[in-house]
Amino acid sequence: MKVFNGTAVFSGISFGKISIYKRNEQLIKREHVQDVVEEIRRFEEAKNSAIEQLKELYEKALKEVGEAHAQIFEVHQMMLDDLDYVESITATIEDQKVNAEFAVASTADTFANLFEAMDDAYMKERAADIKDVSERVLNVLSGKSSDTGTANEATIIVADDLAPSETVQLDKEKVKAFVTIHGSTQSHTAILARTMNIPALINTNIELLEEYNGKEAIVDGFTGSVYIEPDEATAKSMKKKQEKDIATKTLLLQLRGKESITLDGQKIHLYANIGGVEDVPKVVQNDAEGIGLFRSEFLYLNSEDYPTEDEQFMAYKEVAEKMRGKKVIIRTCDIGADKQIDYFNMDKEENPALGYRAIRICLDRKEMFKTQLRALYRASMFGKISIMFPMIISVEEVRRIKEIIAEVMGELDAEGTPYRECELGIMIETPAAVMISDLLAKEVDFFSVGTNDLTQYTLAIDRQNHKLDSIYNPHHKAILRMLRIVAENAHKAGIWCGICGELGADITLTETFLKYGYDELSVSPSMLLALRDKVRRTNVAEVKDLE
Amino acid sequence: MKEFTYIITDPNGMHARPAGALVKATGAFASKVTIEKGGKSADAKRIMGVMTLGIKNGEEVKVTIEGEDEEAAAAEIEAFMKANL
Repeated sequence: MKVFNGTAVFSGISFGKISIYKRNEQLIKREHVQDVVEEIRRFEEAKNSAIEQLKELYEKALKEVGEAHAQIFEVHQMMLDDLDYVESITATIEDQKVNAEFAVASTADTFANLFEAMDDAYMKERAADIKDVSERVLNVLSGKSSDTGTANEATIIVADDLAPSETVQLDKEKVKAFVTIHGSTQSHTAILARTMNIPALINTNIELLEEYNGKEAIVDGFTGSVYIEPDEATAKSMKKKQEKDIATKTLLLQLRGKESITLDGQKIHLYANIGGVEDVPKVVQNDAEGIGLFRSEFLYLNSEDYPTEDEQFMAYKEVAEKMRGKKVIIRTCDIGADKQIDYFNMDKEENPALGYRAIRICLDRKEMFKTQLRALYRASMFGKISIMFPMIISVEEVRRIKEIIAEVMGELDAEGTPYRECELGIMIETPAAVMISDLLAKEVDFFSVGTNDLTQYTLAIDRQNHKLDSIYNPHHKAILRMLRIVAENAHKAGIWCGICGELGADITLTETFLKYGYDELSVSPSMLLALRDKVRRTNVAEVKDLE
Repeated sequence: MKEFTYIITDPNGMHARPAGALVKATGAFASKVTIEKGGKSADAKRIMGVMTLGIKNGEEVKVTIEGEDEEAAAAEIEAFMKANL
């Protein structure tokens, strides 16, 4: 058995025979031509038949993967018809008196470089599109077909990377997984794997060896491993994992794209909790309507020193971009208590849960807080970012935060750095915040209840003390009443409220949260669809009072 | 000559598909249509040029239309951008 590892871009387990895919490498020779007119005619003809092929691919993709994914082939047709592209090729043929192949290849390089030099991750990837359409023209010119071949059994495609036209030509019935040596999460292979619901690995440390062709293999899209000629124990455990995954995915397929709405028509937003950029694929797979809690402290925890403004900006921007305009609620640094960091140089405390933590540190170490706020506001240009502040106990704290935000905005304005107004909200996780939630609601745009801390503070039970586990009861009537009061006060003031603590994912309380009128629940991505299922079976009018 | 400015509200900015849609929309008119961002400009009928402007969400673009059908073109292109970008 041989094992290789890559980055999984879509989860799942697949069994199949390996098919090594190597692109028809074109060796382009620069040749001198006499008849320039004939050479331009050859190019025009090849271009037109490439466009014809793309029209067929568009139709095929339309049926198999839908309009949104098929549109790329319309864009490809436009690229081939683009006057800048065509003029560059004809000018190269005319001026240098060279063959059409060379003119196409050199123009493709020029345009690909133009895209690769752009500062946007998505646009950089478009260099692959230019190369792909140009490759198609070259194939027509050389009389080669650009068929990827068809297998007649379950196949795991192993390739360097795949272009969209290559992926769409594959026989979707037979292909069970993709394994590529290169590629990115923005690449077409990754996008298509997600659409096809098959596991895919990128950046895999495998080589394209002929000897792997036809060998039995298993791809584990959870761990990012591919096993070639697996031993019996591996095959058996993978089979089990696959069965479990199929059961969950069946639920997923039924609920993806469906609204989170009760039988009597009450809607609720189901968002996901994340710790960083790497969690976003799971969020998308599980069809979250947004991100309800981005725990920004992980940027601090995973770092040797304070993360810089640019480091934070890049992380927030990437998440905002990847969520494509869906709401992303980022919680400012929540350090302290059970999350300690060496470089913060904090004094040892008798009672850290009641100590120097979260917003208390941020308001005390203003420069660090401003660095994070600047990063957040700069990133606001790239999606829909909301900002949330943890551990609030007073109206004064909120006003102090708003003063600091005004300072940050003033600085950004002075520099001419663009930003957008962000929705501002607070975590309700102290009994104090619950008791004055009517006052706090007048200051902010939303509340999100952190049930873990709220439970520990309300019941006076240390979460870290396992001796107390038996009396730590998050269903305590005191907690439920608090949750009701928070929702009432939020709605009276016309703001929305959600729950982002662990209790949000507790299926036995979903009905009660709906009855209280919660507008949003934010849970770990894997819990989302089960929760949506629960919401869709609930009739709010019939929910029993648990208080 | 007609011109107008517009701020992009599509969270993805001028990605491949929206750029393609714009090129399609401008292609319906005889007038020359130019799209400009931060001093760089491109022929709005040419997809590569439009894409390489790298127009992002929240950025302002200036669109200039010149030709016999510029009145109708300006109105329709502006409406198209408002509805799709």
